[in-house]
Amino acid sequence: MILPALFFYLFAGMCIASALMVIAGRNPVHSVLFLILAFVNAAGLFLLLGAEFLAMILVVVYVGAVAVLFLFVVMMLDVDFAELREGFLQYLPVGALVGVAFLAEILLVVGAWSIGPGIPRVIASPIPEAVTNTEAIGLVLYTKYLYYFQAAGIVLLVAMIGAIVLTLRHKEGVKRQNIADQVGRTPATSIEIRQVRPGQGI
Amino acid sequence: MAEFWTGFLWPLIIMLAQSVLLMVILLVAIAYVLYADRKIWAAVQIRRGPNVVGPWGLFQSFADLLKFVLKEPVIPAGANKGVFLLAPLVTCVLSLAAWAVIPVAENWVIADINVGILYIFAISSLGVYGIIMGGWASNSKYPFLSALRSAAQMVSYEVSIGFVIITVLLCVGSLNLSDIVEAQNGRFGLFNWFWLPLLPMFVIFFISALAETNRPPFDLVEAESELVAGFMVEYGSTPYMMFMLGEYVAIATMCAMGTILFLGGWLPPAPIWPLTLIPGVIWFTLKCLFLFFLFAMVKAIVPRYRYDQLMRLGWKVFLPISLAMVAIVAGVLQYGGLAPK
Repeated sequence: MILPALFFYLFAGMCIASALMVIAGRNPVHSVLFLILAFVNAAGLFLLLGAEFLAMILVVVYVGAVAVLFLFVVMMLDVDFAELREGFLQYLPVGALVGVAFLAEILLVVGAWSIGPGIPRVIASPIPEAVTNTEAIGLVLYTKYLYYFQAAGIVLLVAMIGAIVLTLRHKEGVKRQNIADQVGRTPATSIEIRQVRPGQGI
Repeated sequence: MAEFWTGFLWPLIIMLAQSVLLMVILLVAIAYVLYADRKIWAAVQIRRGPNVVGPWGLFQSFADLLKFVLKEPVIPAGANKGVFLLAPLVTCVLSLAAWAVIPVAENWVIADINVGILYIFAISSLGVYGIIMGGWASNSKYPFLSALRSAAQMVSYEVSIGFVIITVLLCVGSLNLSDIVEAQNGRFGLFNWFWLPLLPMFVIFFISALAETNRPPFDLVEAESELVAGFMVEYGSTPYMMFMLGEYVAIATMCAMGTILFLGGWLPPAPIWPLTLIPGVIWFTLKCLFLFFLFAMVKAIVPRYRYDQLMRLGWKVFLPISLAMVAIVAGVLQYGGLAPK
């Protein structure tokens, strides 16, 4: 029983520490690397909950794809943090005000929060052995929540099409490789046989 | 105390022993796979290949290991020291970690987890970090360019590998690697394995695996005519060796994954008397070696792709085909009454 607790504190501690390093780090690339560490530790916490499917998906999607793009952008941008910090004191009162307001809101919301009477029983009930959690997610995702699932998919599709439309550009006068044209060439269209006499050229 | 011993310490010792055993065997196998790679490459080009150290050059890899370890590691002055040294470690550890879930024979697996295939997919998608970190931390132009190339390449081909895995999972109905192998068990031996019904996906998987592990013809990452030697230009001695080790272990992982998904894992090619006597681990190894032989032959025969051709192949050819195959396979399984329970 002591082992899961040990791992919980390990993952949770690492997660919080690396999240702190994300905002405390001086180098933006280090910040992204610590963000990735935080993601991986969060995946570890999911594993302890018995949600192995979610843990793996978290790693595949966030660490394997999204964070790579973050890292790309941060590496390409030449962010000068010294310059960013220059106006720090000037904006400090405004920032502090927003922070305090936000904290107060969270406290108000969480303070008034009550957990539904049925929930503790659900949490305490053991995870069924027969149904793996991939199956369990599939069973509700494609039946009960089908429309929400499809709607989420469509939102992502729209975002993707938007990104493509915004960046797609056809420049005039740029030579492009057309594979179909190249494959479609025959000797008849591309070879011309000439008789060249010595000393004359074509 | 007794409970602590039987419930915790003993399983821990067994697991550690299993891991060490697997790792030693794997690393020795990698040494010879590296040797085989060079020998096959040489044979195609009518050269001799490594033939000096030991009989037929069999100890060449170990000589190389000694050479790398005894050299002085050089860290460039402008490099980001921590990330620079972390990068080869990340590559090496991640590629070895994938082997924890690979069943080399029936019940011969360290961690038989429910989401085994997703675990391998997740770990192999993390492999890109070693390359990006190495390229960035070197603080040099060519490694950085190479890291950008490789990140784009690996992310692109992961998409089609993901769809290939989905088609196999549709036919199996489980994400457990042992279940995937068992699902290919049948009366017709090797004709029951998934390479036959899912032949287009097998081809796509093989080519994507080449791209995912940065093997020729997709080794744009270390195209020496353009990028000197890719993201490892600034690396030498042990860190360089760890990159190479990680790369070859990743190739071995891809071979193992191909074996499990399409070539029936530890199953014999025909379920008849003399063949069933041979232990599963031998069949598994033979199939992995067969796939690796294909990898090596491709390296020797096929010229390198251009970068835009690589991207075109990934996004405009493989992605539509694999997407369509997911829909077709799902349709056939559902309406043909073949769906697994």
